[in-house]
Amino acid sequence: MSTQQKLIIIGNGMVGHHLVEQLVDNGGLERYQVTVFGEERHRAYDRVHLSEYFSGRDANSLALCEADYYAVSGVELRTGEAVIEIDRDQQEVVTDQGRYPYDRIVLATGSFPFVPPIPGNDRDGCLVYRTLDDLDAIQAAAENATTGVVVGGGLLGLEAANALRGLNLDTAVVEFASRLMPMQVDNEGGELLREKIEALGVQVLLERATQRIEDGEASRHRMVFQDDKVLETDLIVFSAGIRPRDQLARDCGLEIGVRGGVVVDNQCLTSDPAILAIGEVALWNQSIFGLVAPGYQMAKTALSTLTDGDTQFGGADMSTKLKLLGVDVGSIGDAHGNQNPGARMFRYLDPIKQEYRKLVVSSDGKKLLGAMLVGNNGVYDTLLQYYSNGIELPDEPASLILPQSSGAAPTLGPGSLPETATICSCHNVSKGDICASIDAGAIDLGGVKGDTKASTGCGGCTALLKSVVDHELEARGVEVDKSICEHFAHTRQELYDIVRVEGIKTFSELIAKHGNQDTHCLGCDICKPAVASILASCFNEPITDAAHIPLQDTNDTFMANMQKNGTYSVVPRVAGGEITPDKLIVLGEVAKKYNLYSKVTGGQRIDLFGARLEDLPDIWGELIAAGFETGHAYGKSLRTVKSCVGSTWCRYGVQDSVGMAIWLENRYKGLRSPHKIKFGVSGCTRECAEAQSKDIGIIATENGWNLYVCGNGGMRPRHAELFATDLDDEQLYRTIDRFLMFYVRTADRLQRTSVWRENLDGGLEYLKEVILEDSLGINAELERQMQTVVDTYQCEWADAISDPEKLKRFRSFVNDDRPDPSIIMTSERGQLRPA
Amino acid sequence: MTATALKKEIDMADVQNSKAWQKACTKDDLVAFSGIAAWLETADGPAQVAIFYLPGLRGQGDELYALDHHDPFSNANVIARGIVGDLKGAPVVASPIYKQHFRLEDGQCLEDENVKLRTWKIEFKGDEVWVEG
Repeated sequence: MSTQQKLIIIGNGMVGHHLVEQLVDNGGLERYQVTVFGEERHRAYDRVHLSEYFSGRDANSLALCEADYYAVSGVELRTGEAVIEIDRDQQEVVTDQGRYPYDRIVLATGSFPFVPPIPGNDRDGCLVYRTLDDLDAIQAAAENATTGVVVGGGLLGLEAANALRGLNLDTAVVEFASRLMPMQVDNEGGELLREKIEALGVQVLLERATQRIEDGEASRHRMVFQDDKVLETDLIVFSAGIRPRDQLARDCGLEIGVRGGVVVDNQCLTSDPAILAIGEVALWNQSIFGLVAPGYQMAKTALSTLTDGDTQFGGADMSTKLKLLGVDVGSIGDAHGNQNPGARMFRYLDPIKQEYRKLVVSSDGKKLLGAMLVGNNGVYDTLLQYYSNGIELPDEPASLILPQSSGAAPTLGPGSLPETATICSCHNVSKGDICASIDAGAIDLGGVKGDTKASTGCGGCTALLKSVVDHELEARGVEVDKSICEHFAHTRQELYDIVRVEGIKTFSELIAKHGNQDTHCLGCDICKPAVASILASCFNEPITDAAHIPLQDTNDTFMANMQKNGTYSVVPRVAGGEITPDKLIVLGEVAKKYNLYSKVTGGQRIDLFGARLEDLPDIWGELIAAGFETGHAYGKSLRTVKSCVGSTWCRYGVQDSVGMAIWLENRYKGLRSPHKIKFGVSGCTRECAEAQSKDIGIIATENGWNLYVCGNGGMRPRHAELFATDLDDEQLYRTIDRFLMFYVRTADRLQRTSVWRENLDGGLEYLKEVILEDSLGINAELERQMQTVVDTYQCEWADAISDPEKLKRFRSFVNDDRPDPSIIMTSERGQLRPA
Repeated sequence: MTATALKKEIDMADVQNSKAWQKACTKDDLVAFSGIAAWLETADGPAQVAIFYLPGLRGQGDELYALDHHDPFSNANVIARGIVGDLKGAPVVASPIYKQHFRLEDGQCLEDENVKLRTWKIEFKGDEVWVEG
């Protein structure tokens, strides 16, 4: 149909992308043919978490959608193409590559970092912090730098300081005002913030106006301040506020605010009704909203305006909760108490724990007008609910900010929130929306998230959302069923604990004592392999023992990987991918003798396909005689530790990555776990072993090893996250011991470390507390357990071929020696494959 | 009853008549709570039979099951290598390839009502396992 109107969205940032999602999800594409211009190379990405770019995330993992989202949705995305003019007379948008007619335009060009007009501000190594390209430039400049300064001590400035710290620079923050984050905190809060940030090794210089930047003596630059004090540094990042990118709108004559910004009305319409503006470029009621949640609300308003709806933008709450350099800062409503005459204030300051909390309440003490938190955001969610829903305060409002031990008011439970309470401000999801989703059939957190998108923006409401969902499910009498299958009313984790605590060593004992009594007590293909894995993790008895063999999947039963025609593949362990020529020859000879298709795997070993069931014992007899052992390619267990060649050969290597990989593979081989586990060890930061895509990634540093955890390749790739740095060999394996055992203990069945990590309440921080700080006091036990597994390792194939009873299973037919005649092979590229 | 149905019943009776009990293996060849495969020459021609042994499950009568070793979903002969269990009260085997469940009693596939594995009568004669086919 050609009745579609042409809609052009200028800007592919978070808000512009959100508008596209709104159009896609709400039928906007039936009416509009949408083209999006993004000036940057990358499709829309998460700017809120930009600083994670230096701790392992890349453009892809920061991206807000899959690479093919736009194409699949039918929206044209033109990245790397900047709009240079809006020609309102011709109704055309002009880029450096062409002219594009439009019926409607949405400006979502966002803002740019303000660089103060200081002489020397354009010197090499004077940078800004806004885009991924900016971060690349900072990273490049940091290569030959030892010190870095951030100009600006606001929210973004502290983010930038965190990024510089992440690049191992000696970092300082220079702020013009008399305190950090002057918009969000007061003098007392600012002072506390300064102390905490200085304790992290970041120098804080307040009330400094930079006069000029010139050549330094010890460093590249010298900053000269108003009182002729100087500071030398190699790198300068300006983060002194943002300005709306309104040039296109100015050039085509739209109404612009006195201090910049495209003037919009409640429908996000500019002075030209064909053109809308949303996000940080839009000036509504004399205000620019520099947060993502109001931007998203504007995007929803724009959708409504474009589709003749009547949603109006009515301003937005600028309350915000942040973790800057690991320090909690929260600001709600009128945090300074200067917008409400007669407002009263409560303050709590703990100089030891370094926590500061302030309440701004109405003169009658009944309503919360604002709040300020530094050092601990624990009560933020509760306070925000009081504030945004106008809930009447308790008789003693101070109890809300006092420490729990001194009789503080309990946090506001999910039950006491009104239906209108906003739970997720990014996507504007109220408690009522969540209830509606549950009433419409959502039965768990994932379902509610899918329905409402709650908690998929900044993620700040995750804990609150979960408590509301749980509460509402319970209120409806829904007992959230986490049973592993119909035979056990327990989760995998509960079964694991039962097995350990009661010392249960067989499936039959477990199902007799803890199974559901109304079944025949056979178990099934869900619970049996799960319990087999738990028993192996705890006691490490051979999986082919009579008591365990009926529990195993066919791959474990026959210790090989079944292929589509019923034959098996054989993968001997090649620890670290290191193999002698003699062993390579043996693999070749065995493959030739038994007619096996041979292929090199992604895990640096060799897979021999097409082995017949009855040949497996003979094949393994020959392999074991040549010094091979089982590779556990068939098990939910440690697979491979991939390595690069490391310092023994490579001119860049800084540690012996192959040696470490072999040592680790030998330590953890045979460990049965909820799912397969892969490691990678790289000998230097070039990361040739691709360790960051593994469950456990290890990258050598000058001082030892950096440990990354919970990465994944496969269907849903996930970069591993930096977990600990510069570990020595012993610290490395002890940390891995604890991490793996904690995963084995707490994950669901068939849950890879990546998904486990994403579902872990408290996330990476919690994991660090447990594993690195022993917050649960279980580390000694975890290490002991792992040592048991390591000490009881035996090659399952060596065990099996020495036991005639176990070998009996390796017959195609118990009453006939013929091989299965229906397995037919054909030849391709010089090898056999299933016909 | 229709003519076709009658015809079918008569055919079945013919087959029944030509079936004979034969020894498949010994008790020693079985794996408790799991399966093994046997090669049988039956009245319908050669057959690969999966034999499952669930000792003491519900009395002697229900200990042994014989059904097709051929998995119709993958076209491979692998059913004996599946995991045995019970679902909704009935003993089943899960195909090791694509995990469909088949009832041991009658071979019925639980995921697809149009698919049913052949089954044979099976019992112990002393320590020997005999199948009628």
